[in-house]
Amino acid sequence: MMGLDAGAAEALRLSLWVASLATLLSLPLALGLAWLLARRDFPGKGLLNAAILLPLVLPPVVTGYLLLLAFGRTGPVGRTLEAAFGLVFAFNWTGAVLAAMVMGLPLMVRAMRLAFEATPPGLEEAAATLGAPSWAVFTTVTLPLIAPGVLAGTVLGFAKALGEFGATITFVAAIPGQTLTLPSAIYNALQVPGGEARAAALTLWAIAVAVAAVLISEWLARRMAR
Amino acid sequence: MSLEVQLRRELGAFTLDARFAAPGGVTALFGRSGAGKSTVLNAVAGLLRCAGRVTLDGRVLQEGRTFLAPHRRRIGYVFQDARLFPHLDVAANLDYGARFGQGGPAIPRARVIELLGLGPLLARRPGALSGGEAQRVALGRALLARPALLLMDEPLAALDAPRKAEILPYLEALKAEASLPILYVSHAMDEVARLADTLVLMNAGQVTRAGPLREVLADPAAVPLVGVRDAGAVLDGVITGQADGLAAIAVGPHVLHLPGVGAPVGARVRVRVLAQDVILAHTRPKELSALNILPARVRAVQLGDGPGAAVALDAGGMALLARITARSARAMDLAEGQEVWAVLKATSVAAMSIGT
Repeated sequence: MMGLDAGAAEALRLSLWVASLATLLSLPLALGLAWLLARRDFPGKGLLNAAILLPLVLPPVVTGYLLLLAFGRTGPVGRTLEAAFGLVFAFNWTGAVLAAMVMGLPLMVRAMRLAFEATPPGLEEAAATLGAPSWAVFTTVTLPLIAPGVLAGTVLGFAKALGEFGATITFVAAIPGQTLTLPSAIYNALQVPGGEARAAALTLWAIAVAVAAVLISEWLARRMAR
Repeated sequence: MSLEVQLRRELGAFTLDARFAAPGGVTALFGRSGAGKSTVLNAVAGLLRCAGRVTLDGRVLQEGRTFLAPHRRRIGYVFQDARLFPHLDVAANLDYGARFGQGGPAIPRARVIELLGLGPLLARRPGALSGGEAQRVALGRALLARPALLLMDEPLAALDAPRKAEILPYLEALKAEASLPILYVSHAMDEVARLADTLVLMNAGQVTRAGPLREVLADPAAVPLVGVRDAGAVLDGVITGQADGLAAIAVGPHVLHLPGVGAPVGARVRVRVLAQDVILAHTRPKELSALNILPARVRAVQLGDGPGAAVALDAGGMALLARITARSARAMDLAEGQEVWAVLKATSVAAMSIGT
């Protein structure tokens, strides 16, 4: 790739893959959680909200360490998942996806929750009285109205996933081809003499990806507004 | 058609305990704000869970554990705030109604657009509509869903007087054209008197009186329930002439002369005569500026708790209601069967009170 050596290109490709997958997997989860928090009352709602928001306020290294404790090969969740599905997070690219999801989720949920709250339930009621079943109410009324919020949340989540460094490096280290994402690659490049050119090239690519994400979301938002 | 409603719900200090039947035509739920009218409407629509039983033409909408979801009830709902979908233009809002609708009397889309004057609005967004326009679109959307019953929750309350005057003829046209039963919530008696066939009076969560509109409004015992300012009989008449800005309206054997009735000769109109605008006399008053003086017989005198008294009159088969002071009732020694003269102030009937 342009201006990048093989290792750096691999880090960029891995980062795009990890961030995209994390965003895609988080999307339905965030949508469901946002709906739950905006439209339903249940015991433990405050606790759930706090748990989702925690990664936003905790130092990322702490979040990474907690992930390691829970999802590491000896952690309770990690052990169970490995036994049941052969799914390993520790020092694996899947762990980088998990870390990116956990870090991006609060931003996505917040944006989508606000969008749900800004949509009057009265419109959904009106749709129901017109004969629309619940799924149709959601796809034809709720979803179009919250779409700008969903888009904003998705872009934020993707940006967070792309830039995630602290939790990832703590949880799954920086193994080339597995967990060495763009931020780690830039950091590593700066640690070795003569690595500045590599860091600069990667930085330019990071900026390009971020600008592209913003432009695409702006274009989508304009299309939705029409 | 018949809608039968028995609902019960306790909400803090407020207890709703409403039972009534709506036989068809337009049934008005009338009462002050907080009387529970909208609660009843939401429960009938299935948007709110109350204990009780609701049936529509024998079809059980709710009973015991049975609770039909709103989209299965085939009940249209025109909300006070229109609730048009902001992401769709007017045409798409109308199509949304038609998309999931089933059963019920169908009015073709083109006819709905014509009836409600929606043609010029089709390409507009809800945000660019006035309150009255939005209500007309909401009404059209509800009609196109082919409901078996239409609920209207104070559809005119958010509108100013000119907008109300703009919409009412559409509602009357709808009533005349669609054989669709309507349950209409309002706290404005002028609307109710103009549109309704059946009147259900509500106060503090209870139904205080229900029955045919003309019967309830001519009943002196219902005056405190309706409210002394709103009490007054509703009469049906035919316009027989127009002169000096006054319409001659034949009501039974009598002819009333009323201003502000623009309808052509031959038109059937509904006239509302406010009880507080009827004056009683023992002998026929002479040299009086009032145009409408009718002989009548006292049917009943109802003394209230306050200084007022309600007097029910029969003027040659025409039921009238007069509200006078209790002192006057005593001074005139009014009693059932007595012959009196009723003086109706011609200005007492506002244009709003007159409809077909």
